[in-house]
Amino acid sequence: MSDIAKENKKAVKRLTGKVQWQAYLYLLPAILVIGLFVIYPMLMILRMGFYESYTFITDEGSGFGLKSFSYVLRHRAFQLAVRNTLIIVCIGTPITLVLSLGAAVLINSMGKSRGFFQTTYFLPYVTSTLAIGIVFRWLFHSEYGYFNFFLQFFGMEPQKWLTDRNLTVVALTIFTIWNGMAFKIVLFLAGLQKIDKQYYQAARMDSTPKRRVFFRITLPLLSPTLWMVTIVSIIHSFKTYNEVYAMFSRESAGPGNSAITIVYYIYDMFFNKNQVHYAAAAALIFLVIVLALTVLQKVISKRFVHYV
Amino acid sequence: MKAKILSAVRFILLFIGMLVMIFPFAWMLFTSLKTLPESISIPPTLFPSQPQWSNYAEAVTVAPFGLYLRNSIIVAGVGTLLTVFVTVCAAYAFTVFEFPGKKFLFLVCLATMMVPSELLIIQNFVTVTKLGLMDTFAGIILPTVGSGFYIYMMHEYFMQVPAVLQKAAKVDGCGHFKYLWRIMIPMNKNAIATIAILTFISQWNSFVWALMVTSSDARRVLPIGLLYFKDAVSSQVNLQMAGATIVIAPMMVFYLIFRKQIIAGVSRGGIKG
Repeated sequence: MSDIAKENKKAVKRLTGKVQWQAYLYLLPAILVIGLFVIYPMLMILRMGFYESYTFITDEGSGFGLKSFSYVLRHRAFQLAVRNTLIIVCIGTPITLVLSLGAAVLINSMGKSRGFFQTTYFLPYVTSTLAIGIVFRWLFHSEYGYFNFFLQFFGMEPQKWLTDRNLTVVALTIFTIWNGMAFKIVLFLAGLQKIDKQYYQAARMDSTPKRRVFFRITLPLLSPTLWMVTIVSIIHSFKTYNEVYAMFSRESAGPGNSAITIVYYIYDMFFNKNQVHYAAAAALIFLVIVLALTVLQKVISKRFVHYV
Repeated sequence: MKAKILSAVRFILLFIGMLVMIFPFAWMLFTSLKTLPESISIPPTLFPSQPQWSNYAEAVTVAPFGLYLRNSIIVAGVGTLLTVFVTVCAAYAFTVFEFPGKKFLFLVCLATMMVPSELLIIQNFVTVTKLGLMDTFAGIILPTVGSGFYIYMMHEYFMQVPAVLQKAAKVDGCGHFKYLWRIMIPMNKNAIATIAILTFISQWNSFVWALMVTSSDARRVLPIGLLYFKDAVSSQVNLQMAGATIVIAPMMVFYLIFRKQIIAGVSRGGIKG
């Protein structure tokens, strides 16, 4: 907290002295919407997940216990969803991060063309995932698509990206990488901008090799940004859903639901299969994962630096 | 000499990356101007031999994209205004007032940041049904306007305004509402613009929730309209791409006009996952 902020805190106490009921008036809109659409559903889902069967229209459930959790954890589709999500998180995210960091460093080193590259690389962020997902669907088409065209151009076998059960998740991961880079590049660029130019001037005077400048100056000074972007990306990847929906459909995530992700599983259970208690149980398992990651971020980033 | 080659290599690398980034857009645009046989030719051709503008005319007759555009503007516009309103009011309360439960409520705000919105959809679907807001703009907008992260962020900015100003305002007989409206908001207009821009973009492109609560054509926003349009024209890829272009174009224009503000906004407040 800055000095002004600290001063302000004291000043508020001095200024007010007594309780100001007006505050609740200003808070009312937030309390209403957050209470009704965030806190309440949170509590309800905590309850739903422990039912063995539940109808949401009548809000009636029966059998209280952990059965839904054990069902979900043993469900083949859920295991596949976890596997696919982990593929996106453990393979897709690192690739996205490395590519984005590379692009950001290159863009940062550009002179006049900097703004131009930044603008074009950022395009996917402002684009409707649903619309561009339909485009990717066609690019992955086994007969007319450009992916196979390029593969053949380089002398490789064309693949059935959207119909081969083993490849749907690969196509999905490629799409998430393309779709996720824009956001990370901008954050990295902002981090690079924060680094004091004096370090680079000093390095230039000592004629330090470029590689060493990158690993000894840029990377360490970028570490808070790097860490923040990494965690945000991992959490974001865990939530992958829009991309699945855009490339496949609401009814199934590719042939045999082979490109299913955890969040897709939750929605599938709720909307297509009407098994609300299983959807809720899966949602709670998902929440635990996200919470663990968030806590990890808070703990570690406190030791690093303050970045907000 | 060596430095020159190096910077040329860098430029080429970036250029290739850029081609990868814009290729899907270019392909979409070119395909939307092709005839059907042309768009499914093997091997694929990139450029249309003769631009078929009629594809767009056909797309607009199959689906009311004008209506979808209007709906998108309403949903994203009103959603953004409400989000900003809720956020600024709450952040102001946390900044200048002392009241019982302040710490607790602020903690709740912080805690909601950790809750993935994907989790809330199940119950919100039920709530919206019970409130009779199914298939209304209110049903699409209201559940999305409360954001603990933005309140937290706005609060951080408000704390930077010296309290001396408030004291002075109080001495001059300036009430809270006037102080917020005349001093706090103008002084933090950059932060507010950031929140507004980020909210607008995410509202514009979000579709999962909107898809669940809308059933009639009259309430469909652009992405959802596109989804139905896609099924309506089945496998006519050139028409699908015309539809996709119509959906992507407005935001693209908005982005190209405000790109500096948007990129600055995302790098300032972008950590919201």
